[in-house]
Amino acid sequence: MKIPLSWLKDFIDLDGLSVEDIARKLTLAGLEVDEIQYVGLPMPGYAAQDMHSSERHEFKTSGIAWDRDKIVVAEILEVKPHPNADRLTLLDLYDGQQTQVVLTGAPNIFHLKSTGKLSKPIKVAYAKEGATLYDGHADGLVLTTLKRAKIRGVDSYSMVCSEKELGITEEHEGIILLDDDAPVGMPLADYMGDAVLDISILPNMARNANVIGVARELAALTGRKLKPPTVDRRPKTVHRPPSTVGNINELVSIQITNPELNPRFVIGLIRDVEIKPSPYQVQRRLKLAGMRPINNIVDATNYAMLELGEPLHAFDYDVLVGRTGSPTHKIKIITRSARDGEKLTTLDGVERTLSSMNVLVCDEKGPLSIAGIMGGAESEVTDKTKNILLEGAAWNFINIRRTAKQHNLPSEASFRFSRGVHPAMAEIGVKRGLQLMAEWSGGMVAPGLVDEYPLKPKDATVTLTTKDVKRLLGIDLSAEEIVELLERLEFKCKIRSPQNAKRKSSKRAQPITNYESPIMVIAPPHRLDIGEGVVGLADVLEEIARVYGYDRIPSTTMADALPPQIGNPVHEWEEHLRDVLVALGFDEIVSYRLTSAENESRITQYDEYVRIANPIAPERSVMRRSLLASVLDSLEHNIRLSETLAFFEIGSVFEPTNNELPNEPRKLAVAMTGKREPNAWDVKDSPALDFFDMKGRIELLLSGLRLTDVVYTAIGASTLRQAQGDAPLPRRALGLRSATYLHPGKAAEIKINDEVVAAFGELHPLVKEKYDLGDSPVLVAEFDLDVLRGIAPTYAIKPVPEFPPILEDIAVIVDESVAASRLEALIRQTGGKSVTNVRLFDVYRGDQVGAGKKSLAYSLTYQAPDKTMTDAEAAAIRNKIVKRLEQEVGAKLRS
Amino acid sequence: MLDKLSEIEKSALDALQAVDDESSLDAWRVAHLGRSSPLMMVFSELGKLSKEERPTIGQAANRVKAVLEAAFAEKTEAVKRSALERSLSEEKLDVTLPGRPIQRGRLHPSTQQLRRVLAILAEMGFQVYTSREVETDEMNFQLLNFPPHHPARDMQDTLYVDAGERGDNPILLRTHTSPGQIHAMREFAAMNPKDPPPIRIALPGMCFRAEQITARSEVQFNQVEGLAVGKGITFSDLKGTLIEFAHRMFGQNARTRFRASYFPFTEPSAEMDVECFVCGGKGCAVCKNSGWLEILGSGMVHPVVLQNGGYDPKIYSGFAWGMGPERQLMLRYKIEDIRYFLGNDIRFLEQF
Repeated sequence: MKIPLSWLKDFIDLDGLSVEDIARKLTLAGLEVDEIQYVGLPMPGYAAQDMHSSERHEFKTSGIAWDRDKIVVAEILEVKPHPNADRLTLLDLYDGQQTQVVLTGAPNIFHLKSTGKLSKPIKVAYAKEGATLYDGHADGLVLTTLKRAKIRGVDSYSMVCSEKELGITEEHEGIILLDDDAPVGMPLADYMGDAVLDISILPNMARNANVIGVARELAALTGRKLKPPTVDRRPKTVHRPPSTVGNINELVSIQITNPELNPRFVIGLIRDVEIKPSPYQVQRRLKLAGMRPINNIVDATNYAMLELGEPLHAFDYDVLVGRTGSPTHKIKIITRSARDGEKLTTLDGVERTLSSMNVLVCDEKGPLSIAGIMGGAESEVTDKTKNILLEGAAWNFINIRRTAKQHNLPSEASFRFSRGVHPAMAEIGVKRGLQLMAEWSGGMVAPGLVDEYPLKPKDATVTLTTKDVKRLLGIDLSAEEIVELLERLEFKCKIRSPQNAKRKSSKRAQPITNYESPIMVIAPPHRLDIGEGVVGLADVLEEIARVYGYDRIPSTTMADALPPQIGNPVHEWEEHLRDVLVALGFDEIVSYRLTSAENESRITQYDEYVRIANPIAPERSVMRRSLLASVLDSLEHNIRLSETLAFFEIGSVFEPTNNELPNEPRKLAVAMTGKREPNAWDVKDSPALDFFDMKGRIELLLSGLRLTDVVYTAIGASTLRQAQGDAPLPRRALGLRSATYLHPGKAAEIKINDEVVAAFGELHPLVKEKYDLGDSPVLVAEFDLDVLRGIAPTYAIKPVPEFPPILEDIAVIVDESVAASRLEALIRQTGGKSVTNVRLFDVYRGDQVGAGKKSLAYSLTYQAPDKTMTDAEAAAIRNKIVKRLEQEVGAKLRS
Repeated sequence: MLDKLSEIEKSALDALQAVDDESSLDAWRVAHLGRSSPLMMVFSELGKLSKEERPTIGQAANRVKAVLEAAFAEKTEAVKRSALERSLSEEKLDVTLPGRPIQRGRLHPSTQQLRRVLAILAEMGFQVYTSREVETDEMNFQLLNFPPHHPARDMQDTLYVDAGERGDNPILLRTHTSPGQIHAMREFAAMNPKDPPPIRIALPGMCFRAEQITARSEVQFNQVEGLAVGKGITFSDLKGTLIEFAHRMFGQNARTRFRASYFPFTEPSAEMDVECFVCGGKGCAVCKNSGWLEILGSGMVHPVVLQNGGYDPKIYSGFAWGMGPERQLMLRYKIEDIRYFLGNDIRFLEQF
């Protein structure tokens, strides 16, 4: 909401306060000033790009100051032709001190060329040599200083200004024609220098989306007096005796069919208006406030709306009379819900199809306008309009909001009505509108108003005590201080005497010192935002705090007891998991939860998704099912940016349920690819990362989580195929077993305590093909964190042995089909406690062991907890192991 | 024989003079102290000598052996030392060559910032509370005092889930972490419905808005909220707690100011600004010439929200505040494109 300072000054004396002071006070009280646009008034030092200024920059500023000596009000006495240029004119201009000849190309005075001395001089804004202005002909805003120049043989060192040159609007075609009462010679900055505050209006401050609302806030914040608008003033000019203008109630009636949707409807009438432009000062204010001047009648409705917050609508009275079919027929205004499919052409020329949710203002013939949003084309005010019916009404804000949304018709009116305007404003608005029309158009206001007011809102009443203020704001204020603060915002307050209240509330006498004087607070009749009961209390406390000043409220620490410490084990565990992964060299990524089924289908097809009804883009239209898909996206994005990539992400995936809230299981996805070692100036051709690089990290990850008894099993091609069929696997198990994106020969699942916690391996070549992922194998892993987290960790630490170990290497030859894990398990089982470590250090295949065989070499550590083990004892254990391996898997000791 | 021994001694010691490295040292040892060296031959021939000669010659041979061994040890030491000296003077690295890279991992910047925030809050007694990301309209809006079609909903463009006709309670992606306030209050209140315990929690999590993805706006972002509920918690406690938080977060000298604001779920509501830490409050592009940075929104928990959470607003009060870790990072590191955070480009990630 743009508020010109000059307009504010109609309602409050702001002497002694700088523009920045005002902006700061408003900002701290919740009317945040986004920008100050200077339109003539002097700007603070920092705005003039003074780098040495010690002043704080507090606001975004723009605009221009008008030099008081160099830019003044002047009058054109005569418009003469230019000797050498047809399109230019020479003006005889008096600037209050002397008469000058000024050159201009302004088209809006061109028609006065060679008409001799003007009967009525034209008042203009005149800039002298040395004045700084915007260049009227440059694109955008370019500052320029007026210098002496010769244009087509005529000396030119001063100019009459357009609005663009003075920074009022972008208009640069014609010059400004000031009102006739502009005082010649007065510095223009004094006459109409302004600053515009651009204020963000919060949803609960709709009452302040107007000049008087802001002025009222300022009055409360500064303790100054608000000067109310003089709405009851009789029009100055009366052209005809009052008897010839009948009371409006004889001419118009109103029927409201649904008071919930239309609590009040007020109509006034003004006759014999002369449609013409509004006074320049009015136009200037409207422009600074962001509205386009149309004519004096439309401008009056907008002016009153900007000033008071009540949107008004002007009908051409004679069109409505015409619609009744007879000049003597009384006009009947009906407000009702539209019928589905009913049509109305609005004043923007668009035929709109309405629904039963929309409310219409109609006469007996049919719809005239969409209530509170936009008028109809037929009854619109035109240049030929003579008589005006002026509507001010109150509408249901939710209904207006939905209608404006439905028809995509945001307007100044719907902006206000959709946030709530108090019905009391309807009457005040119409009166003000009529008054302005009378002043600017010479029309004559008909006596009376038609006022249907079937649903008067209850005045919100809140009772509070000084204790409430202490309990919730933490400040000690007396009842009188509270009342003083609230009365500044026009709340009506009454301190109930303790005695009275005591008799009412309790039969037993209480000591007077413990008694609180309740304050009865009644909200003022322009506010809809004050509730009842505990809500009303909070509403009123906010007003007390705002007017008292948030900055004056002290800072304290909570005295209340500390809550039960329930912690957040899930969060803490995941944070630990992150730390372990980072220590293993993985970079954490965080991805969009929003993706597309097509994108995820590259690794897995899902039938069901949590789908977004109003996606911002097709590629962000569903909630992800696969965290691995997210991680692969990032891998793909970075594939050419580094030789080695290792990413992980921890987060939710979203499993749809039947139109209820989805499941949000937590997952960990890991992916890596590239070289095992980063290349350096002396490290070249490091081999590519493979399955066992991933497995090594997973082993460390799980031991980092203190999980033992981890079982790795191959997910063979058959399992993967089975997963694609309709095997009745439980959902969770299916999630990981259906890792069909894995290379069937290089895929493993991880079980702990018989629960599948993860699947990992090399990405299937056919899946990899669908991504741009380079030549190296891509290793991936997916963990089901909800399962993993449920597995109890092992915390016990083994003692450090006191006695020396015996180390021995053995190599055995077995069939290719024997899994390494089986051998190790047999060794450990047979060795029992005496074998404390089993480490595979070599796998050999080749001529020496024969086809279909492999040799596995282990380094064994023999150790006794209570003594030094002898070679003989170790040999005995070894023989047992070798024998067992021979029996179980046909292993032969390799010599 | 004695002459021969002194000849052996002399020629060996002479030969040792010329030795200057480990290989010639080794050759010398073989030649002069080895099994077939002249000296050893003397020892092996001792048996052939007469009884009288044997002690004298034996003694002399032992003496020569001792002398040669000592000379050898000394020479070995000298050769080693000179070899070391040579290597010390020869082995010179170009220390300006780059170090060998290590594949290390990093936490995502948002996680790092969340941890900073949560660590401070933990010290202030606020425990982490997390809740789901897909919510009902009731949880995300209605119970937080946003009635259906309320103008305040314009402040948060919402992504809705296609979930059939659900009337006024559609399923949506949470637009803020505040539904966690209701979840948490209800969970705490259930511990003792007659006299619910106090609450101090931090609510971190991913939130969603129906915004186009541009340098300035994102469809998905992190938020952290703080919530304190108890008896006798005041607006001045809100100020005190948030100022303390700001001091821990932005430095003990960080100046703050509170501006009145509006959020449907708090009243009174306030924005806390921190003096711009880029320009020190003089005005710059980061603070848009205001000298202040909007850091967080806050307010006293609205009575309707307390009630919906199971806390009687006549007895309990509290405050809540919310902030964006990504926004804090953008301000701190002058990041001008919010898309970096979900872009996961390693050229961005590796700078943290």
